[in-house]
Amino acid sequence: MRNALLIIFCIQSYWGVAQKYIADKGTVSFFSHAAIEDIAAENKKVGSIFNSITHELVFSIPISEFRFPKALMQEHFNEKYLESDKYPTSTFQGKLIGYDPLVEKQQSVTANGQLTIHGVTRKVEVPGTIERSGEKLILKSKFSVTLENYRITIPKLLWQNIAEQVEVSVLVSYKAQ
Amino acid sequence: MKKLVLIFSIMATTTILMAQEDLLKELEQSQKRKTQKTFQTFNGTRLVNGHTVESKPKHTLEFIFQHRFGAMNQGAYELWGLDQAYVRLGLDYGISDNLSASIGRNSVDKTLDGYLKFKLLKQKSGSADFPVTVTILGGMAYKASPKKEDAVDGFETIDRLAYTTQLLIARKFNSKISLQIMPSYVHKNAVDQSIEKNNQFALGFGGRLKITKSMALTSEYYYNVSIQENAPYYNSLGLGIDLETGGHVFQLLITNAIGLTERAFITETRDNFFDGDIHLGFNVTRTFQTKKNK
Repeated sequence: MRNALLIIFCIQSYWGVAQKYIADKGTVSFFSHAAIEDIAAENKKVGSIFNSITHELVFSIPISEFRFPKALMQEHFNEKYLESDKYPTSTFQGKLIGYDPLVEKQQSVTANGQLTIHGVTRKVEVPGTIERSGEKLILKSKFSVTLENYRITIPKLLWQNIAEQVEVSVLVSYKAQ
Repeated sequence: MKKLVLIFSIMATTTILMAQEDLLKELEQSQKRKTQKTFQTFNGTRLVNGHTVESKPKHTLEFIFQHRFGAMNQGAYELWGLDQAYVRLGLDYGISDNLSASIGRNSVDKTLDGYLKFKLLKQKSGSADFPVTVTILGGMAYKASPKKEDAVDGFETIDRLAYTTQLLIARKFNSKISLQIMPSYVHKNAVDQSIEKNNQFALGFGGRLKITKSMALTSEYYYNVSIQENAPYYNSLGLGIDLETGGHVFQLLITNAIGLTERAFITETRDNFFDGDIHLGFNVTRTFQTKKNK
């Protein structure tokens, strides 16, 4: 009897923690402050999975889903800078460190892993926060990306002054599966 | 008891190991079904003289300045054609992402033109594959020349009009190569019946080869099947270099056509490219966003 209880307890606690959190409508936006005009874009079709046992965290961002206030900017972003024909998605693959599944208020976490943009993969460490409410998880983060690091070059002919660093914001709401 | 704990821990470990499978692959597979629309089959709305499948996106306004010099083989006296100018000034506006309208004024025959351009089908890949982009172009051109008092008797206002219908079919094969074919129909209300017909059909071919991110080579040829042997007209050929910078597209080109309506360059090109009647020219566009997209 004691044994059976122990097993049931183990299984229950295991199930309680053994969660895969999935999001397919996450938001990634970026902002670049430039001399002539600020450039901002938003992508609401970001996919992400977080496994709360293994702490694995992955992101997949379809580049052509970034929406710009100006149509031409969007075309140039895809055609010239991110070359979304060749590199249709940007990904992150790594681990989320510092998440305690038993806490229900906002916690500070760090994502450690490989960020791939424009076909270039780099090791990154990104700070953020995570908040669990019941079956839901909300992950937020803000960090900056240096374009040069990802071989994103601005053609010399371009009159627009584009900043070399862009501010990236992430907001993903996960559901437990 | 020990046995049970062992069994359970084995179970737990295998589950954890399974969970560690490539999450990214799982994620990407769930996303793969999304459709990717093809963008920028061509840099601008004009290939050389004629239209490309591209229309202006919603709420964008493009000012286009098209210029053709005289023929280069006129020698130093005419500064190899640079002393003459044939110009079209135009505006293109995107009513929706698929429908745009344009108006223009040509110095050749003092022609006013208007177009409606509609993207019927779009090239895409992914869950819904489609190999080409198909755009239909309808145009009307009004020749203000000759003046009313100089016109021959019986030449009415309606005789000044000509109509164009084109089906533009293009495929972007990869980021470098795009090709387009253009079955075209031109109707002119009044013609000199001894040398030409009211209804004329032509087949155009063209393409773009990108050399760098901002530079591309373009070409365009219209084969007019209705040109009669006794007519002084030739098929039009154009070769160009596109330079794209921010909101501008510069197109430097050579062609044997001077007019920029389909009536003019498909049915009334009087110069023969292969005799050296080549005109230097350029198209310059500037795009404005009239209303920001949400």
